[in-house]
Amino acid sequence: MEPFTTLTARAAPLPQANIDTDIILPARFLLITEKRGLGQYAFFEWRSAGQFVLDDPRWQGAQILVAGENFGCGSSREHAPWALHDLGIHCIIAPSFGEIFRGNCLRNGMLPIVLADAEWRRAMASAEAAEVMTIDLAHQIIVLADGSTIAFVLPDAEREALLNGWDEIDGIIARYADRIDTFEDTQRRANPWLWQKEPNHG
Amino acid sequence: MAQTLYDKLWQSHEVAGEADGLALIYIDRMLIHEVSSPQAFAGMRERRMRPRRPAAHLAVADHAVPTRNRAQIADPQARAQVSLLASNCAAAGIEYLSLEDERQGIVHVIGPEQGFTLPGITLVCGDSHTATHGAFGALAFGIGTSEIECVLATQVLRQKRMRTMRVTIDGALPAGVAAKDVILTLIGAIGAAGAVGFAIEYAGAAVQAMSMEARMTLCNMTIEAGARIGLIAPDETTFAYLKGRPRAPDPLPIAAWQALASDADAVFDREVRLDAAQIAPMVSWGTSPDQVISVAEAVPDSALDQPLAYMGLERGQALSGLAIDRVFIGSCTNGRIEDLRAAAAIARGRKVAPGVGAIVVPGSGQVRAQAMREGLDRVFLDAGFEWREPGCSLCVAMNDDRLEPGQRCASTSNRNFEGRQGIGARTHLMSPAMAAAAAVTGHITDVRELLR
Repeated sequence: MEPFTTLTARAAPLPQANIDTDIILPARFLLITEKRGLGQYAFFEWRSAGQFVLDDPRWQGAQILVAGENFGCGSSREHAPWALHDLGIHCIIAPSFGEIFRGNCLRNGMLPIVLADAEWRRAMASAEAAEVMTIDLAHQIIVLADGSTIAFVLPDAEREALLNGWDEIDGIIARYADRIDTFEDTQRRANPWLWQKEPNHG
Repeated sequence: MAQTLYDKLWQSHEVAGEADGLALIYIDRMLIHEVSSPQAFAGMRERRMRPRRPAAHLAVADHAVPTRNRAQIADPQARAQVSLLASNCAAAGIEYLSLEDERQGIVHVIGPEQGFTLPGITLVCGDSHTATHGAFGALAFGIGTSEIECVLATQVLRQKRMRTMRVTIDGALPAGVAAKDVILTLIGAIGAAGAVGFAIEYAGAAVQAMSMEARMTLCNMTIEAGARIGLIAPDETTFAYLKGRPRAPDPLPIAAWQALASDADAVFDREVRLDAAQIAPMVSWGTSPDQVISVAEAVPDSALDQPLAYMGLERGQALSGLAIDRVFIGSCTNGRIEDLRAAAAIARGRKVAPGVGAIVVPGSGQVRAQAMREGLDRVFLDAGFEWREPGCSLCVAMNDDRLEPGQRCASTSNRNFEGRQGIGARTHLMSPAMAAAAAVTGHITDVRELLR
């Protein structure tokens, strides 16, 4: 995973609430079995109808989205953040996120920022004005074009993983392999029914 | 200290705690389907890793599969995706139920059917409707593809502990009102983001009286209120359902399972109460599942322009009497035997209205076989419905079942999102009985009028 440290880029507004992952990446493109190259299908219906903000010359090259409440709700498809990443989006700011989508972003080096209403409105105003903002993850601040700042919070483990570009699976194996073994041994003794009736393979 | 059911499930699966409410949670079971898994298997190959515990997983193709002419999948992309699942599972030593197997069906139908879903376990799937399995008192939630890879590799996931919400449904449901109406009422009341950050537990007399099928419908759409987890404490109904299922333990560990209930004095972060007697048949009018009203109501004055334009509706317009083009009975929400019985009870002795195309897609091969033993296929076919093979079908429109632009569908599925049933398709979510009533009248109809 590529690290996320700081990002200075234009922000684009997507103010509607409840933009679901079917809108972000329509289901018929889920037959694709690759992670890469999905950007061309992002917001496909909205783009086909000429309704997509990133196709407006004012917001071309935007790498930050300021989105409405519950952004990325619905289907768990990780194709949605893959497609946004492929479009060049590395940070999304919203009042709340679909929870699975939020986790999927973090695991692809993308920063989801949750802001309370007043701060979110300031970020949205900046995006609507097509301004450039700076995201500084180490210091957990957004610096707007006028120099004013907005603080945000990301849990320590998630922040460190993004800052360092850590691979979650490698990290878990390196740090917790013994404890997983111990957990399984304990569970097998305490709840043998959980280990019954597993088909024998290999 | 008093614990909720969620607390108990969490605590019994915590491998290691971390800061900020994060923890590594052990995953007992994973269901795998063809759409969200290819990149996870590819990731494992890149890591040169094999699954830590292949026997903990069960795989089946459901999203991209055709519901007719299955000997060879016509769409080359879908065919390749399904065969990739089969070969990935064969290489990894994971059990895969092929399209020819009667056990094939939608992941959230076959897991419980096989007894793969059990009380007290953690169960995940790369699918947001994994909340379904919470109906058994399992800690079950949908995950992304990176998380599938993590479970394959390590059998654990890093998760954040949720806050808890109890939804108590008092009283008894009136005739013609189903679990689907209950969950649509809840989503309408608290909103599509109303439960973000929470794990929901459903309780109350109306829930206790529900069959497992109805409980699964209730838990299934929890994600549509923003929560990944919807739980119901297991009870005699649960144990009776599981007894004798192929993958269920023998004997059932009843004593351990009976402890899976929230303590009497457990405190929830939020409490919501609904009165079952006040719930009416519900129909969605918009493009988010919280844009929903009872069948007797009109589109609200507060409706936003975008969903109105997409749905071709106006403020103040009645939904009852609105002509429909298509009917879909099926999905992980409403594709179980009880759902088909409820729809067949309305279809029996009636005919699908002229010009309406109506399909019934059983949730699994076993549901299909059971329905045929009961003669439900004849009821549907005689009424003019199409009787299909199992899969997700028109709930996600990834196969050849899809609506034309502008077509209006009475659907038992879970999402009325823009484009969900096809480009420009207009979805009205409702119960199986309501969808059958729409099929035979040709318009949205209060099913209670047909029960008189």
